[in-house]
Amino acid sequence: MTGFPVLSVMTWAPFVAALIVMFFARHKPLLVRWVSLAGATVSLVASLWVYWEYDQAVAGFQFHETLSLVPQLGISYLLAVDGISVLMCVLTSIIIFAGVFASWTVKERGQEFYALLLLLVTGVYGVFVSLDLFVFFLFYEIAVLPMYLLIGIWGSSGYVQPQGIFGWAFGRTGVGSKEYAAMKLTLYLLFGSAFILVGILALYVAGGSRTFSFLDFQAMTFDPTLQSWVFLAFYVGFGILAGIWPLHTWSPDGHASAPTAVSMLHAGVLMKLGAYGVVRLGMGLLPDGTHQWAWLVGGIACVNIVYGALSAMAQKDLKYVIAYSSVSHMGVVMLGAATLTVAGLNGSVFQMFAHGIMTGLFFALVGLIYEKTHSRAIFTMGGFGTMMPGIATAFTIGGLSSLGLPATAGFVAEFLTFLGAWSSDHRWWLFPGVVGAFLTSIYVLRVVRQIFWGTKSEDPHFQNLPDAVGTEWVALGILVFVLVLFGVAPWIAIAPVDTATVPLLMRLAGR
Amino acid sequence: MTTDAAGLALLSLLLPAISFLLLGVVAPFRRTGRPAAWLSILFAAGAFGAAVLACRAQGIAGEPTRLIWNWLPSEGRALATIGVLVDADSTIMLVLVTLVALLVQLYSIGYLSDEPATALGRYYTYQSLFAFSMMGLVLSPNFLQLFMCWELVGLCSYLLIGFWYRKPEAARAAVKAFWTTKAGDVGLLIGIVLLWRQAGTFDLTDMRAMVESGALPVAGLSLITFCIYLGAMGKSAQFPLHVWLPDAMEGPTPVSALIHAATMVTAGVYLLHRTSWLFALTPDVLLIVAWIGAFTALLAAVLACVQDDIKRVLAYSTVSQLGYMMAAIGAGLSAAGFFHLLTHGVFKALLFLGAGAVIHGVGSNDLSRMGGLARKMPQTALLFIIGTLSLAGIPLFGGFLSKEEILGAVWAHGLVGPFILLMLVAFLTAFYMFRVVFLAFFAGPVPVSVASSGSPAHVKASAAHDSHAHGHSHEHDPPATMLLPLWTLGLLSLAVGIYFTLIAHALPVGEAEHAIEAPAWLTPSAVGVAVAGILLAWLTYQRRAIDAASLAGMFGPIRSAALAKFWIDDIFTFTFDVVLLGFSRLVGWVDRYVVDGLLNVVSAWTLTAGDRLRMIQTGRAQDYVYGVAVGLLILVLWMRWALA
Repeated sequence: MTGFPVLSVMTWAPFVAALIVMFFARHKPLLVRWVSLAGATVSLVASLWVYWEYDQAVAGFQFHETLSLVPQLGISYLLAVDGISVLMCVLTSIIIFAGVFASWTVKERGQEFYALLLLLVTGVYGVFVSLDLFVFFLFYEIAVLPMYLLIGIWGSSGYVQPQGIFGWAFGRTGVGSKEYAAMKLTLYLLFGSAFILVGILALYVAGGSRTFSFLDFQAMTFDPTLQSWVFLAFYVGFGILAGIWPLHTWSPDGHASAPTAVSMLHAGVLMKLGAYGVVRLGMGLLPDGTHQWAWLVGGIACVNIVYGALSAMAQKDLKYVIAYSSVSHMGVVMLGAATLTVAGLNGSVFQMFAHGIMTGLFFALVGLIYEKTHSRAIFTMGGFGTMMPGIATAFTIGGLSSLGLPATAGFVAEFLTFLGAWSSDHRWWLFPGVVGAFLTSIYVLRVVRQIFWGTKSEDPHFQNLPDAVGTEWVALGILVFVLVLFGVAPWIAIAPVDTATVPLLMRLAGR
Repeated sequence: MTTDAAGLALLSLLLPAISFLLLGVVAPFRRTGRPAAWLSILFAAGAFGAAVLACRAQGIAGEPTRLIWNWLPSEGRALATIGVLVDADSTIMLVLVTLVALLVQLYSIGYLSDEPATALGRYYTYQSLFAFSMMGLVLSPNFLQLFMCWELVGLCSYLLIGFWYRKPEAARAAVKAFWTTKAGDVGLLIGIVLLWRQAGTFDLTDMRAMVESGALPVAGLSLITFCIYLGAMGKSAQFPLHVWLPDAMEGPTPVSALIHAATMVTAGVYLLHRTSWLFALTPDVLLIVAWIGAFTALLAAVLACVQDDIKRVLAYSTVSQLGYMMAAIGAGLSAAGFFHLLTHGVFKALLFLGAGAVIHGVGSNDLSRMGGLARKMPQTALLFIIGTLSLAGIPLFGGFLSKEEILGAVWAHGLVGPFILLMLVAFLTAFYMFRVVFLAFFAGPVPVSVASSGSPAHVKASAAHDSHAHGHSHEHDPPATMLLPLWTLGLLSLAVGIYFTLIAHALPVGEAEHAIEAPAWLTPSAVGVAVAGILLAWLTYQRRAIDAASLAGMFGPIRSAALAKFWIDDIFTFTFDVVLLGFSRLVGWVDRYVVDGLLNVVSAWTLTAGDRLRMIQTGRAQDYVYGVAVGLLILVLWMRWALA
């Protein structure tokens, strides 16, 4: 497709905004915010336009942009989107747009904060739209690395009591501090990147035709043994980012330490990069590998769902509850994909979207509550509903989506996944999924009841708390609206996604 | 003709949705309180009118019609649809739902007159959402929409039980209701997924056609219907998932009338009636339904006898009557259960609203603080008695024929055990309801004796009066907005009773699957036990010919067990607090100190290794020369070995 390079505009707009913020907005905090907002708006408009113009009747990859970078090695700048990536781009746009508003009150080094945030978002868009695996990997690293600074500088520390036979190691590594969380997250994700890079290079060498293009790889047939190893490498590499058990422990610490907008982006969008990588590269390029390892992917996903929900139930820190709920919900994403059925894979992609929005909403709310109460300790709070009815309502709607209540996006995603699970080769996957949804209803409503309902807390810090105000409403309003809209009218997301998942699964079935 | 009915039903469904959107989104309007309330009532009235017209257009014999739209497109087809399915049952149910919703909304204006405007607006927002969801459930053309609305009514129930969310008991009761029904819904969800796989569709009409042509594989169907029944068990408060309903009385009384008596709790019965053709394929599950239904009926009736809180008596009585309906479904005559659902919906709403008027006047739920109210609030007393006679199954009153039909069906089906249980329930029902009537409206204030003071139930009853209590009591008949709904329901109960006692003797709805050959002794004996129950209550609580304490003493162990709610709540509490939360703490600990602990060990080792290896970098030239020499030596040796 020739014409306006809309995907490039969408991808690079935040980057350009970041440059402007860095070089032209020193000591002008308001300008920083407006430039960032402008960058996010351009991307939002571009992604909505792509969604609107995406031709569902034609399906496949559209909006191609090609630019040869290193012809000797077959590296080129190759952008295009299909139904899955369109939805992911819209998700990214919504989250960063809301995220700009959610970080409106950042005081320390606002300029660098916004610049890094925008840089990160460029990386995220790049991953979703790149078809050249080399460039894909570059963008992937751009998306992951700024996190180290964002958490290390703007994060918050907590305290973890060392216990158990491994307790001696806690003091050594500094568990609980933001530096620890930032380092753990970065090292863990880079560890995963190594696997991904090896996997991509293995395909490049095995393909032997000097190309990194996804479409070229797709046309090749790789040796089943190679596929098996490469799939495993992709699964571990991307899976770490998707929070698969037992490689998930970077996520609760990282999300709890990160500042609000970073948690929103990280849990809302970055974890999706992991799941997207498994679906796009793993399932898209390696049919035999997929079939060989689907049992593992689904089995681990079931552990994620139940284990994450139970862990969330045990937490006393509000941010940790949300972080563990992400671990649980990413299990639904991986489970849906592992079913290798249309319903399941649609559910998986829908859950990526739904979870992105709802967890973005949650982290925005936790940020607001923390800003007003300076506390995240759930069991010291109580009766906030009277003082902050708006926050209470938004939190409840987010929670309802989280537990899969109909008329919110969470229900559609979970329900499709369940249908897929029962239609797959491993029917029992249905039961951990359903149990996880039930456990979610327990820990979410328990938290809602503790914080917002009941008698008002006597604590002098918790008196006369204000509700959300001004710009804060923008972030909450957008996220709540999207959550309900996609729950009531799921076809607006499923219709494009279906055009991508059906061919993918046909290819898988035909091996 | 029937397309008109479908269009009207759709209109009826959309009206509360519009009012919900208006109230929900336009916050400043919602916060005005009374205008918001009247808007909601206006839309509810419109919905009721449209429902009546739809019901008339459809008639008893009209062909079922559906209007459906693609909701989840996939692979070029509709994976799931939404819309309305209109037939005799759904339109009649629609009329009941909209009628009770309208009356309850009207009644609430008076009942909640002391609430601040914002709270009142919130209340009517939830009410509109509830009306919409419940109507969507009733009109569902498929299992998926039914499940979605099923969950939404559960949400409304949660929100409305917790309407006074500052009260810890209300907050607790709300989550308890949500979790308990959700536990059943896990079963329902599994059942729907399994059924989808088996039938290839969610659509009720298509599935029924498959069943009738024998195209639906029967293998494994029992598991599916049992799972669906689990959902009905939660929503319709069947043992052992009945524990949430009595606690749900923490909500405002009109809410109890609408959601926890007339409409939402009967959704389980409605679901099983709607899918009776499916359940007919699995007689083993039906047998379970019948036994659990009859057992629930008896259990709840016994519990109702020892309650001192007027709303809790009614709540247990609802559980008990739901058991009745379920027993009819289990006996294969779901039409009888559905008929009882309709009559019960009318007279139980009447009873609750009557109780609400009493509570509004006295300022307490506690029976021991009432007495002699018949003189102070004569209209309320008269209407409450009409409701009580209907519930007791006395001829000429609302519940008479429907109860007879159920008993006849259970007997005709050869379910002797459940039949005996249900007869016992008929006796107990008359007894505990007239106990309430005599204690509240007639005999002077007496120390209530069946549940002697100091018992847990008693303490709870006095503590748990509506926070609505005014402090000052105004014991007279309530204002017109509250009396009008009461009279409507009371006259309707009478009209239904008279019509079915004297004119029609058959079921008005559904096809009579089996013509019931009820034995001639059935009616006299059923009425007989009810009258005996009334007599016993009269002798004990009005005439005081029988000492209540010694009557209670006769049933010592059962009574103390009933006061402890047969320890069922305790078992649930233990499971939740100790088993589930304990296990979750274990998992949380393992995650932090074992899974993550191992990772920290690895990183601590890495750090330590770095510290140790740093020692090599001494900075002294001779150390480096030694190093080079050793390295060179190793290299030479290795090359010699490799070349050899």
